[in-house]
Amino acid sequence: MRIAVVMKLVPDVVEELVLSEDGKRLERGDIALKANEFDEQALEQALLLKESSGAELTVIAAETGDVDEMLYTALAKGADRALKLVGDGLQDGIWNAQYAGILVDVIADVGADAVLTGVQANDDLDGQLATWLAAGLGWSFATVVSGVEAAGESLIAKKEFAGGLTANLRLPLPAVLGIQASPEPPRYAPISRVRQIMKTQSLEEREVTAPAGSITVLSLRPPEKTGGAEMIEGDVQAKAARIAEVLAQQGI
Amino acid sequence: MKKVLAFIDVVDGQPGEIGYELLDFARQAAPEAELVAVGAGPQAALEGLAGADRALWTVADGYRPDLVGEVLTAAIVAEQPDLVLVGSTAVGMDAGTYAAAKSGYASIAYVRSLEPLDGSLAAQSVILGGKMVARVAVPDRTVLQVLAGAGSAERGRVPGRPAQVGTLAEPAAKASFEGFGRPEAQDVDITRHDVLVSVGRGIGDASNIELAEELAEALGGVVSSSRPVVDAGWLPKARQVGKSGNKVKPKVYLALGISGAPEHLEGMRDAACIIAVNTDPAAPIFEVAHYGVVDDVLDFIPALTESLRVRQG
Ligand SMILES: Cc1cc2nc3c(=O)[nH]c(=O)nc-3n(C[C@H](O)[C@H](O)[C@H](O)COP(=O)(O)OP(=O)(O)OC[C@H]3O[C@@H](n4cnc5c(N)ncnc54)[C@H](O)[C@@H]3O)c2cc1C
Ligand SMILES: Nc1ncnc2c1ncn2[C@@H]1O[C@H](COP(=O)(O)O)[C@@H](O)[C@H]1O
Repeated sequence: MRIAVVMKLVPDVVEELVLSEDGKRLERGDIALKANEFDEQALEQALLLKESSGAELTVIAAETGDVDEMLYTALAKGADRALKLVGDGLQDGIWNAQYAGILVDVIADVGADAVLTGVQANDDLDGQLATWLAAGLGWSFATVVSGVEAAGESLIAKKEFAGGLTANLRLPLPAVLGIQASPEPPRYAPISRVRQIMKTQSLEEREVTAPAGSITVLSLRPPEKTGGAEMIEGDVQAKAARIAEVLAQQGI
Repeated sequence: MKKVLAFIDVVDGQPGEIGYELLDFARQAAPEAELVAVGAGPQAALEGLAGADRALWTVADGYRPDLVGEVLTAAIVAEQPDLVLVGSTAVGMDAGTYAAAKSGYASIAYVRSLEPLDGSLAAQSVILGGKMVARVAVPDRTVLQVLAGAGSAERGRVPGRPAQVGTLAEPAAKASFEGFGRPEAQDVDITRHDVLVSVGRGIGDASNIELAEELAEALGGVVSSSRPVVDAGWLPKARQVGKSGNKVKPKVYLALGISGAPEHLEGMRDAACIIAVNTDPAAPIFEVAHYGVVDDVLDFIPALTESLRVRQG
């Protein structure tokens, strides 16, 4: 099996989100970007599959910001190849439909028969990448997957619904999976190992052209305050005492 | 707007609440449009969908992602609706974008409301973990993935079947279904407790869960959590609150180090009293909380436990 893991950078929402002057998008140069956490889960799931079934693993990311560290870290964790997609316009960010448009050819060239990516990302305004890709490639697929096993010419995927209900699905290869969670938490790659990989291995690059995006954002802004919480002030003891009082009022 | 399709989630033979919510959402957004319910499942799942003018139904059992995607695609191709509504759920995530891509429709996700825009519509989408709302122009022929709670299931559920039910042949599916897995019974059922001390990634480490256990004990409640805490293996799955966990409605919900992503809010926003503690004053959890504290949970939790013990003597 040849697995491709597609990753993307997303705004780190714990850091300040700076809006562009026209108020329609984030000022990508002024915000912190990080690997989509669900893509990290997809990478871990792929590494587990590689370990259990000897798959070859290629990690792919479009250069919508500085993706080098994300890709080298994936190599340090055990990916065999890392492919960086470069081209005009990528630095401003691309929508998932555009990303899928780019990836269809790339995945054919990589020769992958399974593509794993995060179930969603925090900026998926035009829908999720896994399903854009599944439709574009015409492959079998499942999203919200929290466990994958190789079974000959198929993958067995566990899909999650609400309330802890799951479905076991047999997906014939080639297949696309939107990964919610890996059976094991993402492994850690020591910085020293990442540094060493940077010296001994290199990223492959490929020039790509993104198709036009189809989404028109009119404005982007923080949610309007809808009353919101009564904020408790003071030092930690005072705040705790006030919350204890609130709890007492609730009859607790 | 002439025609709206609403995709009805069916899992394990049961229609989800979201289907009724979408029917209501569609009526509110486009009262004059013909409303067609589309889905795949047993015939019995059509009960309660009389609010739709028509249904287009595929009789199918089990669950296959490409089957729901292909059913919705076929319905779109046959009906050429102006707007397609899909739930932002585990089923909608298989069907929505896939059908948009296959039928050449536009796709907009995480929609919580629609508003008029120059004779057309704009969607408000909640993105970036709930920290931003994007207003997006809705082109004619769009699939919208609508968030849970955007419509009212109570209003949308109308006894009986739609006046007209058409059948859609079962499309070929590549995936095969090998059975459902059901959650194991657990010692603690978080849906039955009045007080939930819920911890998120902000709790930092497995060893800190103990602090929450002590607080829960002082309050006569139990510990629950957001998804990352479960994925990290710090608490069992049965303790998870949210979209892919449990829906809870306790008297008091303490959200400790939980950011308030839409998938978490879906499971707890109806709690009677929500108290949130977070180091980030801009955390979306404060939008739904009744009381908010900006502080480090590792300082706050022991302080609250101590305060309660003092009060209790
Ligand atoms: C299909 C699908 C289903 C999902 N289902 C669920 C679900 O059922 N339940 C669920 O919860 N999520 C679910 N998620 C995940 C969801 O999108 C979020 O990723 C998740 O809710 C975030 O959890 P969190 O708030 O604990 O972590 P984060 O978003 O990382 O937030 C941690 C918060 O802690 C704060 N913090 C950090 N340190 C401290 C400190 N020392 N003291 C105080 N505060 C601190 C931070 O400011 C931050 O706000 C689902 C996602 C998908 C795609
Ligand atoms: N996933 C994304 N995250 C952040 N910004 C994006 C994303 N996708 C697109 N953008 C930017 O948002 C802009 C808005 O689209 P447009 O109206 O076409 O200019 C795009 O051109 C990109 O620069």
